[in-house]
Amino acid sequence: MYSDKVIDHYNNPRNVGSMDKNDPNVGTGMVGAPECGDVMKLQVKVNPETGVIEDARFKTFGCGSAIASSSLATEWLRGKTVDEALEIKNTDIVNELALPPVKIHCSVLAEDAIKAAIQNYKEKAGSAANVPAEAKA
Amino acid sequence: MKLPIYMDNHATTPVDPRVFEAMRPYLTEIFGNSASRNHSFGWQAEEAVDKGRKQVADLIGATSKEIVFTSGATESNNLALKGVAQMYAEKGNHIITAATEHKAILDTCKRLEKEGCRVTYLPVQTNGLVDLDQLKAAITDKTILISIMHANNEIGVLQPIREIGKIAREHGVLFHTDGTQAAGKVPVDVNADNIDLLSISAHKMYGPKGVGALYVRRRNPRVQLTAQMDGGGHERGMRSGTLNIPGIVGLGEACAIAQKEMAQEGKRLSFLRDKLRNKLMNALDEVYVNGTEEHRLPNNLNISFAYVEGESLLMGINDVAVSSGSACTSATLEPSYVLKALGAGDDLAHSSIRFGIGRFNTEEEVDYVADKVIDVVRKLRELSPLYEMFKEGIDLTKVEWTAH
Repeated sequence: MYSDKVIDHYNNPRNVGSMDKNDPNVGTGMVGAPECGDVMKLQVKVNPETGVIEDARFKTFGCGSAIASSSLATEWLRGKTVDEALEIKNTDIVNELALPPVKIHCSVLAEDAIKAAIQNYKEKAGSAANVPAEAKA
Repeated sequence: MKLPIYMDNHATTPVDPRVFEAMRPYLTEIFGNSASRNHSFGWQAEEAVDKGRKQVADLIGATSKEIVFTSGATESNNLALKGVAQMYAEKGNHIITAATEHKAILDTCKRLEKEGCRVTYLPVQTNGLVDLDQLKAAITDKTILISIMHANNEIGVLQPIREIGKIAREHGVLFHTDGTQAAGKVPVDVNADNIDLLSISAHKMYGPKGVGALYVRRRNPRVQLTAQMDGGGHERGMRSGTLNIPGIVGLGEACAIAQKEMAQEGKRLSFLRDKLRNKLMNALDEVYVNGTEEHRLPNNLNISFAYVEGESLLMGINDVAVSSGSACTSATLEPSYVLKALGAGDDLAHSSIRFGIGRFNTEEEVDYVADKVIDVVRKLRELSPLYEMFKEGIDLTKVEWTAH
């Protein structure tokens, strides 16, 4: 029923955790809804000089495939630039984890979580850049 | 202790070895057709059917002539509802049932609605029970049948069937109850409980799959049914088809064992169930039992571990066979409609696990299952953004989720 890779991510989830969502270099994406049975929180910490994602963390409420999809996403995000990260497609996750058709929505959710986290980071970075230094203080 | 552990006894039960031994000769040397009137092979088969019929009747306080053998409770439910709707069409076309019934009732009602019946689906209270005042209020002069299950297959709650039967009787309406989960587990008496039709399945009470029965009252009132299966006129014309002799022998034996051991077995199962419940609730916070604990099958525990998704929990306890109301475990990708009907919120349905403790489960197994579930729930809550938010004091009902 589950591929070995899904089972491995479920048993040994990578990069579980939370980062300070108020850190200007941290982008947070939270997608899904409890009544739908899955919620993913995905966070990226970006080096503002290089645009490289230095850390990625997740927490997921959902089935094994949802946990595996988000765990895999954090592995892939680390070391990528934010623009490269936006290239990750849900179908890449489907293929890597050999998700069956009924679990494709888990991969879609993971892609949405990546996009939401990066958008959040960009909004923060953008607003930080636009705001004069003295106003921030 | 042997793994995996089977604790899904509402789905099906293993055949009791005593049942199997009773069946064995009828799968081998005693193979006759009970409808063969002219030789000993037929007579032996008929004798076996008579005995089985008596054993089923005895379990529910009925007489042998009131038992119609079927292929199982789904067929019994179909025969009861469609048979009554068609037979009593001149009297009325209204049926009352409940939102938490098994699909064999609900989908049969849907079919009947297409054929011109009107069906009232009573809501249930948060404890899972129908409100008797709502039931009374739903009865009209067109009502011909009330069908309310005895025990629910997911949450194990016991509907007040005696009171429902009384209301039905007072209004001159027939009362059918789906007794699939209750028969053999808790006492049923078709006379004291005012039951006119009762569905039974063998494989839920340690008998074989593929055989069941429908009790059809013969006196006060005499219930008539339109047959749904035409043919040789077996079962007093209500259900044609050569009788499943080994199955009937197995069903009969299962009923006889259940009747003899019910009181003692009920005590043992409720002890194990309560132990499981208490271990889980003492070790974990935010755990909710679904449905009333007061009126419940002794072997059922349906419990939600908030902030943990059911399928992921099942994956973590993969050497324990239980089931979940989570959408991810259902064919329709919808969470349990039974739990939704309790009004607890979809999120608790996604987080629910059904434990069905059975005759062959041991205390050691219950301890193992409890420890394992506690471990996995803790692990998954470490992963759960919802549990984190709950711990931070965030009201999850006030969060704007991006539903998908």
